[in-house]
Amino acid sequence: MIELKGKRVLVIGERDGVNGPAIEACVRSAGAEVLYAETLCFV
Amino acid sequence: MTFPTITAVANVLAHAPGLVRYGSKPLRDIAQDPSTLDAITARLRTHVDAVGYGPNQAFIGNVEPEMLASRARPWWRSLDGGASSRGAFGDLVDEAELLGLLKLCDRARLVHLDAATLGAAAHRLGERGLVTAAEMEALAPTEPARIAALCRDGEAIPLTLGGHVVGAMARGHEQDEALTANVLLENLCGKATGVLALRRLLRMVEGRVAPDEIDFVLAGSEEAVGDRYQRGGGNLAKAIAESAGLATATGFDVKAFCASTLYAVFNAAALIQAGVFSRVAVVAGGSLAKLGMKYRAHVAKDMPILEDVLAGIAILVERPGADGPRIRLDAVGLHTIATGSAQQAIVEALVVKPLDRAGYRLRDIDRYATEMHNPEVTEPSGSGDVPKGNYRLIAALGAMRGEIPRDGINDFVARHGMPGYAPTQGHIASAVCYLAHALRAMRAGKMRRALFMAKGSLFLGRMTEASDGVSFILEA
Repeated sequence: MIELKGKRVLVIGERDGVNGPAIEACVRSAGAEVLYAETLCFV
Repeated sequence: MTFPTITAVANVLAHAPGLVRYGSKPLRDIAQDPSTLDAITARLRTHVDAVGYGPNQAFIGNVEPEMLASRARPWWRSLDGGASSRGAFGDLVDEAELLGLLKLCDRARLVHLDAATLGAAAHRLGERGLVTAAEMEALAPTEPARIAALCRDGEAIPLTLGGHVVGAMARGHEQDEALTANVLLENLCGKATGVLALRRLLRMVEGRVAPDEIDFVLAGSEEAVGDRYQRGGGNLAKAIAESAGLATATGFDVKAFCASTLYAVFNAAALIQAGVFSRVAVVAGGSLAKLGMKYRAHVAKDMPILEDVLAGIAILVERPGADGPRIRLDAVGLHTIATGSAQQAIVEALVVKPLDRAGYRLRDIDRYATEMHNPEVTEPSGSGDVPKGNYRLIAALGAMRGEIPRDGINDFVARHGMPGYAPTQGHIASAVCYLAHALRAMRAGKMRRALFMAKGSLFLGRMTEASDGVSFILEA
């Protein structure tokens, strides 16, 4: 378990896994500040 | 209701170990550390090994993709020494043949090849019935000294065979970043492999459909043809049609990242359904940029670099009533802006909604074609088994809808999915590579329906965070 409240987060999601906006929404709801969010595609 | 039909599909591969160095990832890494080229070169496969590789045999139609599930992994260790480079759906040409095709497709006189390479290419491509002696004899070879000078002076980048320089690709302009030798090589690889596929398609329908009976060509590849004033604004469809001998056709390109080719198929069907055209060829060439994309992981794990082939595909779409399965235009799956980018929402839009419109349930589809990337390529770099992940998502959605028992997910994946077998050539791996297999199975009465689902990563271009996707049902 990671406490995200008050943390600054860099988000890198994956197209065929969990994408950036989804991770961003989760960490924001946990009280973190998202500095950067991106979704990558490896294929 | 009647719908347009798919009557022929060609799947081709071109072995390109000498071009791996020009893939985007290797190119950037070699620029930072030139010794990287040696590490890459040491892990390149021979043409014989590429031909004997099970997933490549599945791609060109000599093996059913489903058969790979019973073969022990890693597949690259158990090569088929008796495999043929001539597939039921198309050829796996060697690198000399590919270089010859680049020269044949080069209308700007920027490709230079020595006489031996050009001769070998003409001979082998001629044996496959893909070129005529006259068109190859019209190509002039370049003296090795001239090739060396072009490379030394920065006018061109080297083209190699077995580590030896046999040619060069020259730049198209002194200052234009859209016409550098590397960019032009990427575009020409897309064109040449598209031409390879379209010429093979024409051979498949020879005697029934003449080249001048194809009205229109839609290209859905990943290159960006253009110049400094309109990067990516160019048209490869017409260029491919010209080099394949479709003198009375015209065409344009469809761009939607990896979903491009499937979008093109659905648009071809729509143009026919609207009565605009009788026959439309959809074509897509291979992506040079994606060669060696995961080479680091392959080198680190003492594997051959498996991303060493360019892929091409050509699909003939004809009027309702032609001999082939029909594209259900009344149940096309579209990813709208409101859909969002959550995986569940994407699968609902591309699988559940079209099935609901067609009146089918998940199990009514015999086979789902999704992102058919070969897991042996993606797993070493931590990207996982992409098709399996997509199949499990479809099955999980089915479980949520009560169509599949919760403990039946693995069974659903085994019965309605298949192992990934496509090279990581983006748009080609995105479902369309299974069209040829589905056409064969439906004609043989072994399959009733298949659903094709492609996803596009629009967000990579930084203009939106949106995802994209398209799907359709093919029905016998």
